[in-house]
Amino acid sequence: MSGLLKVSSNPHIRSKVTTSSIMTAVVIALLPAAGFGIYNFGPRALAVMAVTIASTVLTELLFGWLWKKKITITDMSAVVTGLLLALNLPVSIPLWMAALGGVFAILVVKMLFGGLGQNFMNPALAARCFLLISFPSQMTDFTCDAYTGATPLAALKAGESVNVMNMIVGKTAGTIGETSMIALLIGACFLILIGVIDLRIPGTYIVTVILFAGIFGGHGFDPAYLSAQLAGGGLILGAFFMATDYVTRPITIKGQYVYGIVLGLLTGIFRIFGPGAEGVSYAIILGNLLVPLIEKFTMPTAFGRKAGARREK
Amino acid sequence: MAKLTFVGGIHPYDGKDLSKDKPIQDVLPKGEMVYPLSQHIGAPAKPIVAKGDRVLAGQKIAESGGFVSAPIYASVSGTVKAIETRRVVTGDLIQSIVIDNDGLYESEEFHPYAPVDKLQKEEIIDIVKEAGIVGMGGAGFPTHVKLSPKDPDKIEYVIANCAECEPYLTSDYRRMMEEPDKLIGGLKIMLKLFDNAHGILAVEDNKPDCISLLKQLTKNDPQITVKALKTKYPQGAERQLIYATTGRKINSSMLPADVGCIVDNVDTVVAIYRAVTEGRPLMERIITVTGDAVANPRNFRVPIGMSYQELLDVAGGFKQQPEKIICGGPMMGFGMFDLNVPTTKTSTALLALTRDDVSAMEPSPCINCGRCVEACPGRIVPSLLATYAEHFDEEAFVEHNGMECCECGCCSFVCPAKRPLTQEIKSMRKIQLAKKKKK
Repeated sequence: MSGLLKVSSNPHIRSKVTTSSIMTAVVIALLPAAGFGIYNFGPRALAVMAVTIASTVLTELLFGWLWKKKITITDMSAVVTGLLLALNLPVSIPLWMAALGGVFAILVVKMLFGGLGQNFMNPALAARCFLLISFPSQMTDFTCDAYTGATPLAALKAGESVNVMNMIVGKTAGTIGETSMIALLIGACFLILIGVIDLRIPGTYIVTVILFAGIFGGHGFDPAYLSAQLAGGGLILGAFFMATDYVTRPITIKGQYVYGIVLGLLTGIFRIFGPGAEGVSYAIILGNLLVPLIEKFTMPTAFGRKAGARREK
Repeated sequence: MAKLTFVGGIHPYDGKDLSKDKPIQDVLPKGEMVYPLSQHIGAPAKPIVAKGDRVLAGQKIAESGGFVSAPIYASVSGTVKAIETRRVVTGDLIQSIVIDNDGLYESEEFHPYAPVDKLQKEEIIDIVKEAGIVGMGGAGFPTHVKLSPKDPDKIEYVIANCAECEPYLTSDYRRMMEEPDKLIGGLKIMLKLFDNAHGILAVEDNKPDCISLLKQLTKNDPQITVKALKTKYPQGAERQLIYATTGRKINSSMLPADVGCIVDNVDTVVAIYRAVTEGRPLMERIITVTGDAVANPRNFRVPIGMSYQELLDVAGGFKQQPEKIICGGPMMGFGMFDLNVPTTKTSTALLALTRDDVSAMEPSPCINCGRCVEACPGRIVPSLLATYAEHFDEEAFVEHNGMECCECGCCSFVCPAKRPLTQEIKSMRKIQLAKKKKK
C-alpha cells in the first residue's frame, strides 16, 4: 500500500449541502421577484441591484484585504445581502445612496461584528433602516415612470380602497422586490422544497399579522382589507426571505415559533398604531435583538430528560 | 399507523448495495493472530497461557479480570509467540497475546450444555459469561452483566437490535438472512431469563426481505414480535431504538433496564445461541469488507484476532488507492492509519473510501442554520455545545446537556459550514467523563 491514509474522528462522511450552496439557492429563489421588479419598474431596477451587489461584495473583499483576513466572498452571502437590499429600495433611489447602504450592511453590520454568522441584525434590513432614517424623502418616494402616488398600504391607511388583485400580481408602487406576492411565493416554495427554509417562522409571522390586523385594524375580518395587509408592505418578502435569515433568527425550534409571533405583533403594532403604514423592516431588526433572549428560554429538552430540570453539577 | 421511529436523524447514502447480496464467506487466516486483552468495556482479561504454549482453537487463553470483564479464546491452533503490547485500531498500545498460527486449525471439542429447557437462569448467564460474549455492535459491554439487571422480573422487553442503520454495513443483514434460526433461538434463550419479557426483533424497513423472513419464522411464537422501523440513521442507537419500539425514553445516565428493556445486537444474540446450544465460546464474527476502493466487497466469517490486512487481501485488496480506511461504519467508525492491527470482538466492518469528505471540506463559520438541532436525536443544540467545548466552558457545556450526546455524528454530517461539531463535543465529553471517574 502506498501513500498515507487520512485519519480523523468520526463521522467520516458529510452531506453535500454547503454554506455557499444554501446562499446560491437563496439568490436563485429571489430571481423571480428581482425579474418582476425589473419588468415592473424598468431597467433602472437592474442598475440598483447591480450597484448594491457590487458594493456589498467589494466591501467584503476590501475588508478582507485591508485586515488581512480570509477572503470570504465565495460563500455568496454578500451577494444575498446585496440583492435583498436592492429589493428593499425604491427604484428612484440615487445610486450612490444604494451603494452607501451596501457598504453599511457589510462593513458596519456584518464585518465589524466578526463576519458571516456573527452579525446580530439582518445586514440588508439594518442598511435599509439606516437609509430610511438618514434619507427619509428619497427612501419613501415611490413615484416612478410606472406609478405615481402612495404604496397600497399607505393608501389603505389613508382610507382609500386598493386593488388587491394588482397587489398579488405586483402591479403597484413599492420597493423593487416587495410588490409581487406571486413572484415571491414562487421563490419561497423553491426554498421550502429544497429544505433551505421551513414554514415555522413565515407561518406564525403571517398568521399573527393577519390576526392582529383583524382584531385591531378597525375593519374587522374584512377579506379585502386583510389580503391587502398580507400582500402589501413587504410582508411576504420579509417573512420568507428575511425573518428566516439563519444568522439572526433563533436556532431552537420552539424559539422560531415564538420569534414568528413576536415579529407578527411588532409588525401589527407598527402598521396600525405607528405613523407610517409599513413596519416589517423595523419589526424584523427589533426581533433580531430579542433572539438571544428567546433562545435562552426555549432551549430544547434533551431526549429522556424532564423538561426544565436543572442538571446535576 | 405511523412508522416506528424517533425525532431527528439523517439519511446518508447507504452504500449497502456493494455487499448486501454477497453471502457470508469463511476465511482461514494464515498469519499471526493477535488478541488484545482489552476488547471490551471493563477490566482487561488476564492471560492464562505463557510464551511457547501450544493452544487449540476454542481454548481459553485469558480469563475474566473482574465482574465487568470477559475471557478471551484462541480462534486458531498454534503456539503463543509473545505476550506484549500491540497497536490496536484506536491507535492505543494494548497488552496482547500473540499466537503463531500453525495452519492446522485444530480445535477443542465443544459439548452442548444440557438441553436449554433444563438449564437454570443462573446457568445460562454463567455460560454466556464463560463464553466471553460482549456487545458486538461496537460498544463491547460484557453481555452477562447486561443480562443480570437488579430486578429481572421488571424486564418487559428483550430487543434484538437488527436495525443496522450505519451506512455500508451488511454483516447483520447477511446473518439474519442466512441464519435467522440462530437469531430467533438466541432471543428465545434470552427470554428464558426474564419471566415477564416479550421479545422484539427490530429491523429497519430497508430490509423488507428480512422482515418477511423473520415474520414467517416467528408467526407461531406469541413471545416474539418483528417490528419494522423507519430507515433513518441512527435508528439502531440504543436510546432511539428503545423509543421507537416501546415509546420509552432513557437519558445518558440511565440503563435500558431502568425502563424494563434489554437490547442486544444480532451477532451478540447469535453468539449467545451458539454458546448455549453448541458450547462454542466467542471466537468468530461477521465482518463486512467494503467501500469503493475495495476490489471485491464481501461479508466474511472471521476468526477474531486476524489482522485487517489479511482480511483485505482475501477481499482482493484495493482496486483504487483509498484515501481513508475506516474500522466500522462511516458515521461512528475509527479512521485507521495502518491495517496491521487485529480484528476484535467489536469489529463490524472494514471500509475503504477513495474520497475523504472530512479533509476535502474546509470548516467555515457557523451560520446558525439549525440543521444540527433538527438532526440531533438527543434533542440538544450541537452548534452551541461545540462552541462551549471550543471555549472550554465546562459549566455551560454540562448545563446545556452536553453529556446527553451519543456521538452519533448526525450534526457534523448535516453541517453546511462543515464544522467538526461531533468531534468538539466528543472531546469535551471525554474530559468530563474522566473528571467524574476521578471523583
